Amino acid sequence: MNEEFEPRIVAFLCRWCAYAGADLAGVSRLEYPPNVTPILVPCSGRVDPQFILLAFKNGADGVFIGGCHTPNDCHYIAGNFKALKRYALLKKYLEQIGINPRRLRLEWISATEGAKFARVMKEFTEELKKLGPLRVR
Amino acid sequence: MTTERVGVFVCHCGRNIAGTVDVKKVVEAVSEHPNVVYATDYKYMCSEPGQNLIREAIMEHRLTAVVVAACTPSMHEETFRKVCSESGLNWYKCEIANIREQCSWVHSEMDKATEKAIKIVYSTIEKVIKNESLAPITIDLEKKCLVIGGGIAGIQAALDVADAGFDVILVEKSPTIGGRMAQLSETFPTLDCAQCILTPRMVAVARHPRIKIYTLSEVIKVDGFVGNFKVWIKKKPRYVDIEKCTMCGECEKVCPVVVPNEFDRGLSLRKAIYIPFPQAVPAAYVIDPDACLGLNPIVCGECIDVCDQKAINYDDKEEIIVENVGAIIVATGYDLYPKEKIAEYGYGKYEDVIDSLQFERLLSSTGPTGGVIRRPSDGKIPESIAFIQCVGSRDANHLEYCSKICCMYTAKHAMMYKHLVPNGQAYVFYIDVRAAGKGYEEFIKRVMEEYGVVYIRGRVSKIYKENGKLIVQSVDTLTGERLEIPVDMVVLAMGMVPSRDNKRLAETLRIPVDQYGFFQEVHPKLRPVESFTSGIFVCGVAQGPKDISETVAQASAAAAKAIALLSKDKIYHEPIIAHVNEELCSGCGVCQSVCPYGAIEVINKVAKVNEVLCEGCGTCVSACPSAAIQLKNFRDEQIISMIQTILSR
Repeated sequence: MNEEFEPRIVAFLCRWCAYAGADLAGVSRLEYPPNVTPILVPCSGRVDPQFILLAFKNGADGVFIGGCHTPNDCHYIAGNFKALKRYALLKKYLEQIGINPRRLRLEWISATEGAKFARVMKEFTEELKKLGPLRVR
Repeated sequence: MTTERVGVFVCHCGRNIAGTVDVKKVVEAVSEHPNVVYATDYKYMCSEPGQNLIREAIMEHRLTAVVVAACTPSMHEETFRKVCSESGLNWYKCEIANIREQCSWVHSEMDKATEKAIKIVYSTIEKVIKNESLAPITIDLEKKCLVIGGGIAGIQAALDVADAGFDVILVEKSPTIGGRMAQLSETFPTLDCAQCILTPRMVAVARHPRIKIYTLSEVIKVDGFVGNFKVWIKKKPRYVDIEKCTMCGECEKVCPVVVPNEFDRGLSLRKAIYIPFPQAVPAAYVIDPDACLGLNPIVCGECIDVCDQKAINYDDKEEIIVENVGAIIVATGYDLYPKEKIAEYGYGKYEDVIDSLQFERLLSSTGPTGGVIRRPSDGKIPESIAFIQCVGSRDANHLEYCSKICCMYTAKHAMMYKHLVPNGQAYVFYIDVRAAGKGYEEFIKRVMEEYGVVYIRGRVSKIYKENGKLIVQSVDTLTGERLEIPVDMVVLAMGMVPSRDNKRLAETLRIPVDQYGFFQEVHPKLRPVESFTSGIFVCGVAQGPKDISETVAQASAAAAKAIALLSKDKIYHEPIIAHVNEELCSGCGVCQSVCPYGAIEVINKVAKVNEVLCEGCGTCVSACPSAAIQLKNFRDEQIISMIQTILSR
């Protein structure tokens, strides 16, 4: 029944790794669904939990956070760990407010992992298609 | 409503963008934005005519902000920001909407790609109109360099920086500079005597008018930031005045205390008052307070009595020295993998199983045996030696990495042994022979072919003693044959590990180490000597296993970076940093606790950001419960309106 459904995804990409990985996917011409719109942030540690909740409230069906690999890749030493902790908490919180936590996804994507970025975007879009539209009241 | 007047410039990039994104439609859509007063498209926005188009539009339409929808910001952000700032706009009032790498190149359906491009450009407009105009932060700097570690890396770096005309503080934890290299005999592949090439450098350091050496010293605290570090150095007492000591050695003769000599790795003995080795710098005796009979003239005092120079002072005290420096070079070197962890090879149980550095001491003409190879147990010249490579290295149970230099020094050990004991038999047990370096492969080949050293491919499983011989048990993995080879002595090529103090120092300097404890460089290929804290550079084995020639090259590279920094009159710092709204701040200190740079301090219940230490990650912003701290040009309201814009279309 959701054949026509196109999920809307907001992707927070850290400047140093995930954003550069997304650029590499482009340079390598690796196609992925256009459902995802990127927002550049300096660090995954800058992704405030309220941004994610706000995105869901404003009609996002999925939110993606891309950061640098743990433990050592973070350009800002440990912002990725902060993101990871908030992510774990937020997953629990989403469950409690009735949003499937699978709608939020965090991945470490390095500047050399263009293929991974494209693959993850495909997977995430597919998964959200299966989950169907999110309706937040 | 803001009064910003935005110009949007959509690039075709030939067909790269225009082939997938309907650029006319993008121009049309963004023209509806209330702040957009001008929007256009052009074939190549980065070309000279494209740049002129932007310049003219800024003038003609009195633009206050610009969005260029084109390739990734890492490609042309600087190009377009330059164009804008030449036309009177602030550097930060120009933003790039990436519709090539993250849109046209990864999608194929034109309508969907165009829709996405519009979202990207629209959200970028929302960001740029809320961007603040910022000026780079300028700071004065202290034209002085701290070098931590007085081995060959620290020596080279200190000399290079000092020769460029800057003052250098060289801090070394042991009583002399020289480091590991001073312990070596000959160096591969040229067989230069290590001391012969090292000691002139040590003397050059000692005599250099711009280098101040602190031995027996450690860096215990560092404050500040690039260009303005404040460093606390703990200097342990030497008990001997280096100015007065003439190295006559009378004190050593009368000292009644004898302890193992660490410079010879326990293969010889020294007194409680000693010099590590004859060419030590500073050239002066030192008292080992742990061995000395209590530093109490009533108990002993023999050395004080014989010292004509009155150089000995039992009341010498620990000192804390504070220095201000602009740059820091970390060159703390390495230790060998702890021998206790390799029980199967009998190190510590059998006296004649020794490590590679001990063998270096046996080979050294200034070593405990005067350069004659004698085994520790009975002083006999060994008729056969087994050299075992990769002890601790390349082993999932110990160190996973390759220590890089062991293949080469083992070949050298075998060669030197054959020089000194021509009838002796040398066996080398190896996994692979790695000899990548100028003249290295040729060196190994000579050892194998001309010196008759037997190379056996196989890991040694056990070493045990039988009939006065050490039996090396292994399998030759090339023939599948089980081997039990009796030898007189075994030399273990121990893996290299970072110096014991690396972890503590990393915390003091706030620079990260990798999973093994080596200092992490910013980029392994393009920024190999920069740490993640600007103004702090790393070199030598402290950064990762490497040989002397690579260490010296890297030390010079670190020095060059430090010199480039110190040569500046002012330093510029990116102004995209955290900023506190003092009205909203409750002083809870969460921001301070999450800041990876120690850039935030709560003073009188209000968080203060050190604008030079702050690198602009924004981690504090996401943690603040009162939204009192914001990252300039990545403020909450900016990101929120980007989210809303993307989702409302």
